[in-house]
Parts: sequence; C-alpha cells; structure tokens
Amino acid sequence: MLLISCPWCGARAESEFRCGGQSHIARPGPPETVSDAEWSAYLFERLNPKGLHRERWVHAYGCGRWFNVARDTVTHQILETYLMTEAGQAQADQP
Amino acid sequence: MGKHYSAWEVFKRGLTHQRGWGPAWRSPKPKARYDVVIVGGGGHGLATAYYLAKTYGIRNVAVLEKGWLGGGNTGRNTTVVRSNYYYKASADLYDHALKLYEGLSRDLNYNVMFSQRGMITVAHSRHDLEAAARWAGAMQLNGVDAEMLTREQVARLAPALDVSPRARYPVWGGLRQRRAGTARHDAVAWGFARAADRLGVDIIQNCEVEQFIRSADGRVIGVQTNRGRIEAGKTAMTVAGHSSVLAEKAGFRLPVTSYALQAFVSEPLKPVLDTVVLSLATGMYVSQSDKGGLVIGGGLDLYPSYAQRGNLPTVQNVIGALAEQYPSLGRVRLARQWAGIVDVTPDSSPLIGRTPVDGLYLNCGWGTGGFKAIPVGGTVLAHHLATDEPHPLARPFGLDRFQTGALIDEAAASGIAH
Repeated sequence: MLLISCPWCGARAESEFRCGGQSHIARPGPPETVSDAEWSAYLFERLNPKGLHRERWVHAYGCGRWFNVARDTVTHQILETYLMTEAGQAQADQP
Repeated sequence: MGKHYSAWEVFKRGLTHQRGWGPAWRSPKPKARYDVVIVGGGGHGLATAYYLAKTYGIRNVAVLEKGWLGGGNTGRNTTVVRSNYYYKASADLYDHALKLYEGLSRDLNYNVMFSQRGMITVAHSRHDLEAAARWAGAMQLNGVDAEMLTREQVARLAPALDVSPRARYPVWGGLRQRRAGTARHDAVAWGFARAADRLGVDIIQNCEVEQFIRSADGRVIGVQTNRGRIEAGKTAMTVAGHSSVLAEKAGFRLPVTSYALQAFVSEPLKPVLDTVVLSLATGMYVSQSDKGGLVIGGGLDLYPSYAQRGNLPTVQNVIGALAEQYPSLGRVRLARQWAGIVDVTPDSSPLIGRTPVDGLYLNCGWGTGGFKAIPVGGTVLAHHLATDEPHPLARPFGLDRFQTGALIDEAAASGIAH
C-alpha cells in the first residue's frame, strides 16, 4: 500500500487516490501549425520511464484535487508531491 | 538436434530409467552476425524465431534473452486463451492464434496442454446482459463461436458460483466461448524454444541488450550486449513491458504505459471448476489448473510500474470478488501471488511491424492479453521480417494508426477495466 501525501490533506492511503498518468505534458499549438505527428505524440506517446516518473494524481476519495507526484516506477518510492503549477525538485539518479 | 518426443521414445527410455534425454535446446555462444536478431526470449520472440525458420527458411536467427526463457510475462500470466473480441481486425488476429493453439502441440512436438474448457463471461445486470448480447452478436458476425447463456445454464456450468437472488453480484446470464481454454504457459515457451532450436535458431540466455548499433544513416545494424557485439540484418524487439525502455535506447517513444498485472494461485483443491469464468462486474476471473490450484486474475494496479509485484488494494479487490462470488472458496488459502509488467496501449490493441527506425521491428502492446496471442504474434512478425511487408492480419495494428486515427479500441473486450 502506498502512502501518498496530498498537499492539502496530508498522508493518506493509496486507495483514496487515482493516478492520471504522466504530468507536465504541454499542449502543442497554435492548432493550425501542429502536424499529425506532433498531435499524435501529444495525445498518445508517453515517457513510460523505468525509474523517476512525474505523474498526476487526484485525491478522488478526499479533497478531489489534482497534484503532482514524483515516484520511482521500480521501487514505487515517492520522492515528493507538489502542486499542479510547480515544477518539482526531485532528480533522477544518473546511471 | 534433440530427439523426437513420442510415446515410443518414453517407453524406450523407460528401459534405461528415463536417463539420457539431454537438454531440449542448446546454449550456444553468440555468433558475430545473424540475419535476424530477436530481442526478448518470451513466447512472442521464440514464436517469431520458430516461424521465421519454419515458414520462411530463415535459420540464421538469434533470440537474446536477458534473464531466462519465459521468465517474463510468458511465465506470469493466467494461461487463458480466447478470441472473444469485438472488432473484426482483433477477432481475425486472436482467432488465428486460437486456431494455431489447437494444433500447436502436434506442430511443435511438445505438449502445451491446451485444454478447450470454454470460457463464460458472467453478466450481473440488465445492462451487462445487453452488452454481452451485442458482444456475442459481433463475435458471430466475425466468425467466432459465441453463445448466450441463461442464469440456469451459468449455474449448471459453474456450480460454485453464487447465483442466488440475494447475491451481491446477482447473475443474469452470460456469454460463452466454447473454443476458449487454457494452455500450460511454460510449455508454450519451452515448446517454441525447442522447436526453433531444432531448426537451427540460436537461443542465448543471460544476454542483455545495452545499445543498438547504428549505421551512418541511422539504420539499426545490430546490438551491443553484455556478451559482446552482435550484428544483424534485421532486429526485432519483443519485450512487452520493457518496450519503452528499449525504444528510448533506439531514440523514439511509444504509445505505451507499463503497469503491474497481478495473478494468484490457491492451494490445490479437488475439481471444483472445469471452465474459465470471468465476472463483468468485478473483472475477476478464475479457472482451475490441472494440479488443482485456482488460477485467479483481475484488474491492473493502475499506476505505471516496472516492479513485477503488485500492491495490496488490488489484491483485496480481486480476492474479495472471489470470496463474494464463490462463497465456498472464501476460506481457500493462496499459495502464490506475483505480477508481470504489461504494456498497455491507448486502444488496448497491439503494436506490430515497423518502428520509426530503419532495420528495427516491433511486436508489443498486447497489454493484459499477450499469452493467448503468442502463435499469431510470432507468425505476423516473422512475415514482416521475412518479406518486409506487414502480414494481412497485422496491417491494422501498425504504429501509424495513432496518426491516422484508425484506432481499434478493444478496452471493453478484455473484460477488464483499464
């Protein structure tokens, strides 16, 4: 069971949350300049890293708000949680 | 070259106490160059090598596996084989796999213990029943066997299932595919490995790909491994959950997210269930292995993971559903629990064929359902590698569909919410 620190509610059990996938994806634009390949990459392609992953979570059975989580996809260790408007501090270990 | 397996051979060996069978495949040193190098020694990789050698006569082939054969998802799934998909493209693909499974033991000269014990998808509400009827109709139009079941028929086929009116998940009826069933997953990997090896394919275990070797114009011309440099005419990757990691090394991204999918086996029981039963309400499905253990599966752990182990909330959901729907099994103890890393695409359909990099081909994205597709995954990728044209069955499943928009959204057909 993951223990996730919601920035508003504090540490709560994983079962209160839903993961919304990769965070910090910028929408390309303006629309008339975006190629099919760029649009496809924006919609579908994901980093899916083995290691540090920045992702969005929502506190579905709590305050209902979205926030960012930096989490390791191998150990599941959560390195930090931070607000949607922030960039985050955690860095991936250099191999 | 190994021996042909037969009852006569077992009898003959019996006279000398079954000694001297020898290994089922060689463990050769990697050569400096192959016509085709396949990265990933799971079912799909081994099947690709087998069909390359058998159908197309391309025998200078290596399968590189960083661990041991079938140690990834091929050895971690719940062994169900079925073709109950909604869209024509998927039905054609998975039903081809099912037909190959029907003759696989004979083809490979290796008993994969394919048992067509049927699969029942249980509907728990009027809506479930309507969805199941629509699904059965689509299957029949696609030429796949499907029949609707009444509540009484479901009760007769799965007596342990709680069909009483007071059940938390009341049973309204179901959908049955009789030709579905289970196969022994390890035997599928070993059978393909042995058959490919007998045709001259080199299977190299404990060989991890570190880098792709590129020519001046960017084409992949081989791989750098922990056992040295191996050049290749063509390179294929069949690494399921680790596809994004390899794609990153080759310099492109995939529409794939890796999740942990858990599975469970109970202590051995006397026969209680002779078919596969999936519940539309909970996504939990169960069958009984020949050894007597209940083989149980359910939904994904719904966040990206490479951990090969799941977390407790999903265990609770899956096992809770089992205990609720099969009251007599509520006190059965689990013997084992594990997870495999599955490669889920946005439309829950596989990615087969060319990659954006010349010389590198791909077979991944089967998500939670790769095991049942092993023979067809091998067939279509071998065709693409040999002829440089996509196999007709695989044409709709190229990477380009995410640009053209021709998605094949089978999320519902897997019967598991993801």
